[in-house]
Amino acid sequence: MKDDNLLVSLFLVFAPLSLMAIGGGASILGELQHSVVDNQHWLTNKTFLDMFAISRVAPGPGTLIVTLMGWHLAGWAGAIVATIAIFAPSSLLVIVIAHFWHSRPNAAWQGALIYGLAPLAAGLVLSSVFTLLSNAKGGWIAWCVAIVVAVAARTIRLGPLTLMAAGSLVFCGLLWAAG
Amino acid sequence: MDQMDVPLAPDTSPPPNLLELFLAFTKLGITSIGGGVNGMMHTEFVVNRRWFSDKQFLSGLALSQSLPGVNVANLALWLGFQCRGVVGAVVALAAVVLPPAVAIVLIGNIVLRLSADPAIGAILVGLAVAAAGLSLSVGYLAMRYACVDAVSIALFTCTLIGATVFHFSALVVVAVLAPIGIGVGFARSRHERR
Repeated sequence: MKDDNLLVSLFLVFAPLSLMAIGGGASILGELQHSVVDNQHWLTNKTFLDMFAISRVAPGPGTLIVTLMGWHLAGWAGAIVATIAIFAPSSLLVIVIAHFWHSRPNAAWQGALIYGLAPLAAGLVLSSVFTLLSNAKGGWIAWCVAIVVAVAARTIRLGPLTLMAAGSLVFCGLLWAAG
Repeated sequence: MDQMDVPLAPDTSPPPNLLELFLAFTKLGITSIGGGVNGMMHTEFVVNRRWFSDKQFLSGLALSQSLPGVNVANLALWLGFQCRGVVGAVVALAAVVLPPAVAIVLIGNIVLRLSADPAIGAILVGLAVAAAGLSLSVGYLAMRYACVDAVSIALFTCTLIGATVFHFSALVVVAVLAPIGIGVGFARSRHERR
């Protein structure tokens, strides 16, 4: 019974996030952290950040972090429920819009959607970054490393994995030097 | 406007069958590490396989990035739908999601066991911080792209401050601001047409 309730809660927490992921998975990370760590107390901050790191290094979309959470909390059933919850609502919406689009392509729709949603996506992504960093161990070191990585991503032609590995090494070095 | 007159049909091959679709999108899902596969997808689907025209691909890309949901998954749904309708969309989505979903559980299982070790724990925090830096760069670019006039700057600022400072739920922010933004966008595109 308890397990069933957990699966239902997993679905109810993750499914609304699906429709909030405007501009991609990065925009719901802040909300995800609030829900899973502060409201539901399913994970500690440390485990959340560990999972975030894993989801960025593992193959596939970063949003699969919820699959890992589902598995961690309720085994393979949890993984399946979490994955369906995060993909089904937004996918239904996309299929419905694709259906209408196919029968009546209309550039005005596209322009209006992009104009209206792009500012929200940018705001949510940046807000998620601030939430993640203010909960990360290391305080100012974390902020400095993140900013340097962000600037490097725009100026140096390196892949995301290389940048993450280099950033992580610099972070560990600074953390060790600061004691 | 000239490109509108170019017939699209000769540019594209006949639509792929479901197996071809599944295999192509599996490759895409597995290789989309850290984001930023769009250039590769364009080469794969438009240039090499010729399943889609430039226009089909680009409008799908723009929409999948602005609609809710994971970008790669949305693009898979969109392109899958163009090839084989709803079944094609579901097959493409499954191909993008399922193999990496199994992979992240297997990798996560091992890494989470090791993360109690202080050194590995520190490396993981470092990776999380660096990944946040990559998101920061993406968010900055998205902000530069999105903020085109006073209304869009106001929408961006309200979202950022509402979610970060006042801790409004993203659901509330989206439910209030998305209709305003899309409405203004509509009015704006009508105005431009005249």
